[in-house]
Amino acid sequence: MALATDAAVRTVALIGNPNTGKSTVFGALSGVQQRVGNYPGVTVEKKTGRMTIGERKWSLIDLPGTYSLAPRSPDEMVAVDVLLGRRADTPAPDVVLCVVDANNLERNLYLVSQVLELGRPMVVALTMTDVAESRGLAIDVERLAERLGVPVVPVQAHRRVGLDRLKSALATASERPRTVGESPFPAPFRDEVDRLAAAIAGPDGAEKAPLPRYLVERLLLDTSGYLEGHVAVHGRADLAGQLKDGRARLAEAGCPVPAVEAMARYGWAARALEGVVTRPRERRAGAGDRVDRVLTHRFFGTVAFVVLMALIFQSVFTWAVPAMDLIDAGVGWLAGLVEGSMAEGPLRSLIVDGVIAGVGGVIVFLPQIFILFFFLGILEDCGYLARAAYLMDRLMTRLGLSGKSFIPLLSSFACAIPGVMAARVIEDRRDRLTTILVAPLMSCSARLPVYTLLIAAFIPPAMLGGFVSLQAITMVGLYSIGVIAAAGVAWALKRTVFRGPTPPFVMELPPYKWPSPRVVLYRMLDRGWAFIRRAGTIIVAVSVVMWALLYYPRLPDEVEGRFEAERQALLHQAEQADDPKATQQIELELARIDARAEGLQNRRSLLGRAGRLIEPVVRPLGWDWRIGAAALASFPAREVVVATLGVIFDVGAEVGDEEGVSRLQSALRQAEWPDDRPLFNVPVALSIMVFFALCAQCVSTLAVIRRETNSWAWPTFSFAYMTALAYVGALLTYQIGMLIAA
Amino acid sequence: MVTTLADLSIGQSARVTAVEAGGDLGVRLLEMGLIPGTDVSLVGKAPLGDPLVYEFRGYRLSLRRAEAAVVAVERA
Repeated sequence: MALATDAAVRTVALIGNPNTGKSTVFGALSGVQQRVGNYPGVTVEKKTGRMTIGERKWSLIDLPGTYSLAPRSPDEMVAVDVLLGRRADTPAPDVVLCVVDANNLERNLYLVSQVLELGRPMVVALTMTDVAESRGLAIDVERLAERLGVPVVPVQAHRRVGLDRLKSALATASERPRTVGESPFPAPFRDEVDRLAAAIAGPDGAEKAPLPRYLVERLLLDTSGYLEGHVAVHGRADLAGQLKDGRARLAEAGCPVPAVEAMARYGWAARALEGVVTRPRERRAGAGDRVDRVLTHRFFGTVAFVVLMALIFQSVFTWAVPAMDLIDAGVGWLAGLVEGSMAEGPLRSLIVDGVIAGVGGVIVFLPQIFILFFFLGILEDCGYLARAAYLMDRLMTRLGLSGKSFIPLLSSFACAIPGVMAARVIEDRRDRLTTILVAPLMSCSARLPVYTLLIAAFIPPAMLGGFVSLQAITMVGLYSIGVIAAAGVAWALKRTVFRGPTPPFVMELPPYKWPSPRVVLYRMLDRGWAFIRRAGTIIVAVSVVMWALLYYPRLPDEVEGRFEAERQALLHQAEQADDPKATQQIELELARIDARAEGLQNRRSLLGRAGRLIEPVVRPLGWDWRIGAAALASFPAREVVVATLGVIFDVGAEVGDEEGVSRLQSALRQAEWPDDRPLFNVPVALSIMVFFALCAQCVSTLAVIRRETNSWAWPTFSFAYMTALAYVGALLTYQIGMLIAA
Repeated sequence: MVTTLADLSIGQSARVTAVEAGGDLGVRLLEMGLIPGTDVSLVGKAPLGDPLVYEFRGYRLSLRRAEAAVVAVERA
């Protein structure tokens, strides 16, 4: 194995079980110099960082947490390929840093034993030694290092303890090659591996790129067949047949595949740990155990769970609002500043209504993302997240999902963007994608302005049976439609596109510990920044396009001229009037003229014309072209539909406050078809609300889906199926509604 | 009669004799340390009786009832 030259940048790859604090170690080593990207073709995130040890620059790669290096899918193959230096886009690591939890040595050593076989220089970082101490465990670190044959460095990354020792251990380890120790496997297995390796290498012995011994082993052990199909072994006849024969021989020799691996490695781990770990005489029921007894208790556990979930939901739903309002105000101030300092024209409009509005539309999500990931960070770091998934699993399996989908879906009731991002914790690809695809159906907070506007305007404030408000029922009904649709879609997806064996639930419940503020803060900022970088660009781009569709074509000069003449006449009147009341009236009139001009511009714009074009399509929903155009215009964000309705119906875009809302409501009530029939009635209002309950009019969500799935296919599919669902839903609502009304 | 992990009651322990499942589940259980000879005890059950929480090798693992049922055990 080639040693690194003196001048080169050295690389260290981090690997370890989940819940060992590996990400904290990575963060502590690389500081702020971190980048997140994607490995092409898979959804695994590529986390890299930089650090300096002495004079030399180092590059760090954080691999996904795993219990075993046994790849059974493309996502799992990434880690193995990186460690073996088989990826063209990633340098082979000079050192592998294995992060091991001191409380769980036996199970962690399973992975360590696999990594030892890779033959790379290695260092073990022993974490959570403080928790171990509090549980009465004593660990002889020197003896452990001796047994493993690699340096073992205790670290407490969140307190920055042990990092210097770790860095020097890494530097030293990278200077010399490692001799691979004895294999933990019994002789019959080792012989079979030799046999298979020789068969693969072929008669001439020299393969261009010989398959690493570790992968030859894995070919024998992997009964799922993934590796067989993935590893191209050219020209060697009948790999499948050889594996079959080899496994048969092993079974006969008393080393059946795959059990032989677990037996061998855990046996080795037990021997390695003899005399290394001293447990207290009786198992101390730590504080963590007492807490767990309550939190997973049949009754109290459920109560605690409901309270915590309500807290999270409430925080994202309500507590984010002041911050969002602040951001809106800030963006508005900036827009006003630009408007005041530039001449009127396309450039100013582009900057103000396109770019600034677009950027504002991105930043406004940060409070919700930060708050959700703040709470999720606390729950995950303290260990409760696993308990939540455990408590919810039974319910979620009815939908074909698992308990791990619960929190992402719950968060989506506030906003699907952090909800989709939270779906990352779901390891199974099919479950994760299903959760991501149904999350936007949970009626998010952006749908509320639409619901409240239309319910207040068109649903009579009557009481059903004298005590339940019709309006409240409608609201609850709309939320339920989303949930029912989500359940249906999830069920359908799991039967068709994502059909397959139920993924195992097998989930570790890590011991409780105090969440580290550093870890929580880092995770929160990381998610927010990732959102801005990856989704932000798409959102701003769409904003600019929508701006153009509404801005062009401009009203012809003579039309503008007529509006201007009206304004001049009013201003002339204002000069002659003394009465403050009359001046106020004139200001109102001027505002109305502006609203009418804006409305005409909107209706004649490209988007307005698109609305006209699709009118035949939306007619069966009870909509006319103006409602259709407003629906089209809401593609960037659902709540835009309210302002667009305001503009199209000549009330102006400022319909956020109470007065504006009531003006809009009366404008809607008075709106008519060309043949003087009223445009809005209860079925029409309901069909609009049902459409918005189910539609995908939120480019930000689609952008996040694109980011999380690392492909354009899934956001496109999302948009397509949700639009179709929304259309059919609105259609049925209107048609059935009209039938009932008749 | 206790024959699989799913048959344990809270506080009871048993020793694994075999993992009777192939495929992904079987390998997962073995990787997590549920190999023949391991002592396992049942620590708790979720409100609806499923999933279950087991303790062995110094840590806790939750399994669905159907998953626990493939691990054959004997009372130690």
